[in-house]
Amino acid sequence: MSQVKTAISDRARSERRLGWLLCAPAAIAMLAVTAYPIGYAIVLSLQQVDLRFPDEGGFVGLQNYGAVLSSDLWWTDLFNTIFLSVISVSIELCLGMVIALVMHRAIFGRGVVRTSVLIPYGIVTVVAAFSWQFAFAPDTGFINHLPFIADDKDWFGERFSAFSVIIMAEVWKTTPFMALLLLAGLTTIDDGLYDAAKVDGASAWQRFTRITLPLMKPAILVALLFRTLDAFRIFDTIFIMTNGAQDTQSVSILGYQQLISRLNLGLGSAVSVLIFVCVLFIAVFFVKFLGARQPDGSST
Amino acid sequence: MAEIVLDKVTKKYGDGYEAVKSMDLEIADGEFMILVGPSGCGKSTALNMIAGLEDISEGELSIGGEVVNNRAPRDRDIAMVFQNYALYPHMTVRENMGFALKLAKVDGKEIDAKVEEAAATLDLTEHLDRKPANLSGGQRQRVAMGRAIVREPKAFLMDEPLSNLDAKLRVQMRTEVAELQDRLGTTTVYVTHDQTEAMTLGDRVAVMKSGVLQQVDSPGNLYNDPVNLFVAGFIGSPSMNFIHGQVNGGEVELPFATIPLNDDLKGAAGGDREVICGIRPEHFEDAELIGDHLGDGVTFEAKINLVESMGSELYAYFESGSEESGKVEEAASAAGLEALAGGDAGQVVTRLPPESKAKRGETLKFWVDPDRLLFFDPESGNRLKS
Repeated sequence: MSQVKTAISDRARSERRLGWLLCAPAAIAMLAVTAYPIGYAIVLSLQQVDLRFPDEGGFVGLQNYGAVLSSDLWWTDLFNTIFLSVISVSIELCLGMVIALVMHRAIFGRGVVRTSVLIPYGIVTVVAAFSWQFAFAPDTGFINHLPFIADDKDWFGERFSAFSVIIMAEVWKTTPFMALLLLAGLTTIDDGLYDAAKVDGASAWQRFTRITLPLMKPAILVALLFRTLDAFRIFDTIFIMTNGAQDTQSVSILGYQQLISRLNLGLGSAVSVLIFVCVLFIAVFFVKFLGARQPDGSST
Repeated sequence: MAEIVLDKVTKKYGDGYEAVKSMDLEIADGEFMILVGPSGCGKSTALNMIAGLEDISEGELSIGGEVVNNRAPRDRDIAMVFQNYALYPHMTVRENMGFALKLAKVDGKEIDAKVEEAAATLDLTEHLDRKPANLSGGQRQRVAMGRAIVREPKAFLMDEPLSNLDAKLRVQMRTEVAELQDRLGTTTVYVTHDQTEAMTLGDRVAVMKSGVLQQVDSPGNLYNDPVNLFVAGFIGSPSMNFIHGQVNGGEVELPFATIPLNDDLKGAAGGDREVICGIRPEHFEDAELIGDHLGDGVTFEAKINLVESMGSELYAYFESGSEESGKVEEAASAAGLEALAGGDAGQVVTRLPPESKAKRGETLKFWVDPDRLLFFDPESGNRLKS
C-alpha cells in the first residue's frame, strides 16, 4: 500500500489538494451551523442552566438525562411521537404510492396532475394546520355539518380524535413529497420489464408486487427515511392544533416547553439531545438494516 | 407448438397513423419466420401484436387455430426475447428463468429441474445464482433465451435479440439461435433490421416496409427473385445496382454498355420501353479474369473512382454516366430506399476477386452477365417479369 501511496503523481496530489480546498467552504459552513449547535447542546445538557435562576448552575453530569428519562411525561410524549410517525408515514406511503402510480401512468394532462398533486406540499405547515383546525372546529368548522358526524363533536377535546385530525393534516401536507420521491423511483424502472412480465404471465397485481415493489425498494427506503425523520420531529401541527393538550404532546413540543417556556436550558437541551439520538438511531436503522443493497445486487 | 396466422391484421394509432397495414402472413408449425425491414417499418409492432402487448385494430390473429385477438399475453402461451433482454434485475438467473413457471404455480422441484436443464443447454449452469448486472452481454442474452425455452411455449417471439451484442458475438449467437430452434422445433417469429441475420437464420423471410408486407419467401428467392425495387435493394450487401435503361429491339441500352436480352428478359420488358435495370455487384467481373466465359457476357470499359479491399474480395466503384439517374433516384425514393435516394444512384458497385488489378483512377475492362439482369418498372418500382 505504501508503494501505491508514494506512486501518486504531483498532478494527482495537487488535484486532490484542490478538491479539499473546493470542499472546505461548504465543510466549514456545515460545521458552523450543525456541529457547533449540537456540541453546545450536549455541553448545556450536562449542566444545570435555568435562566430563571441564573446564579445556580454548574456541571451536573447525566443528572438532566436521568430527570428526563425517569419522567412519565417523556415516555408518554415518546409514545405519542412514535405513534404519530408510524401511522402517518404508513398512510403516506400507501397513498403516495397510489398517487405516484397515477402520476406515472397519467396520459392526459400529466403536467396538470403532477402540479396539482404538489400544491399541499407548497403550503406553509402552520397555515395548513390552521386550515385543518378551522375545518374541525366544533362551532365554525364544516366537518361537523357533514352527514353521519355529530354536530357537537369536539375533535380536539379527546386524545385519539385529536390525533386523527393531526394525522390527517400531516398526511395531507406531506403525501405529495412522498409521492414525488416514489415517482422518481418508479421512473427508473424499465417499461420493458413489464412487457416481459406480461408475457411471462404476471397479472397486474403480480407485476406490482414482483417487479415494481422490489425494484422500488431503494426509493421506498429513502422516502421512508426522509419522512420518518421528518415525522419524528413533528411540532408545528400539534403546536397549532392542541399545543400538547389531551396528552397529544410530542417530544419536540416537550423540548420547546422546557427550553423556551420554562427557560430550563439544561433540561431542554437534554431532551433535544435525546431527540437527536432517536433520529440518529432511525437513520442508522434504515441505512444499515434495510437499505444496504440495491435490487440488482450491487451495494449502495 | 402451433401455427400462427395473421389475417388482414392492422394496427392503427389514435392519431390515424397505420403502423401495420392489412398484414396477411401464415407461419407454419415449427417454422422459423423472420420479419425484416428498416426501422419504423412496423415489424416490431407486428411482433408485439402477436405477443398481445399491442392491441390489434383490425383483422384476426390466430395461434394454434384459435383466434387470440382478445386474449392477454399470459393466455397466449408464447415466450418472448426482447432486444434489451428485459431481465428482472432483482432476481438471480435461476429466478429469472423460473419466473414464468412460478407464476403458473408449477411445482418447485419441477421448476428447478427445467431451469437446470435449460441452463445446461445454454452453458449457464455456473451463473445460475448470479444477478443479471454481473453477467456479460452474451450471458444476459442467453438468460433471456433460457427464460423463453423453460416454458416450452407454443411459439417464440424474438425482437432483435442479437442487436445489442458486438459483431463477433452476434455471429456466434446467430448460430446458437439457429441450432436451438432447429432442435426444439418451436414456431419462431424473429424480428431484425439486419438483412444478414434474416438471410442466414430463417426458413422464410417476410420483408416489410412502411407497415406493408412486401414479399414473403425463402432467403434464396428473395435474393434472386425480388418482387420490387425495395426488396431488391434491401436484401444483399453491397446493395443491388439500379441503372436507368432503354429496351430497344431485343437489347437494353445502359449508359455504359448495350446488353442483348434473353427470352425471359424480352418477355419481361414486353416491347421497347424505359426500365430500371438491377444488377448485383457480383454479376460484374474483371474481364481479364473471366477466362473461357468471356464470350458469354458483355464487356465494357469504365473508369474506377473507388476501390475497397475486403481481403477476400474487392469492391470497385464506377460512375454509370447515366443522364437519367434522377429517375432512378426518384423510383428508389418512392420505393423507400433511402441510400439511393440520397444521390448514389449514378454509382455502380462491382464485386471483384482479390486478384483483380482494379485501381482507383484507372480504366478497367468489366464483364457483365446478361442473364442476371432484373427489370423494374420506373413508375411503380415493381419487378417486370415475363
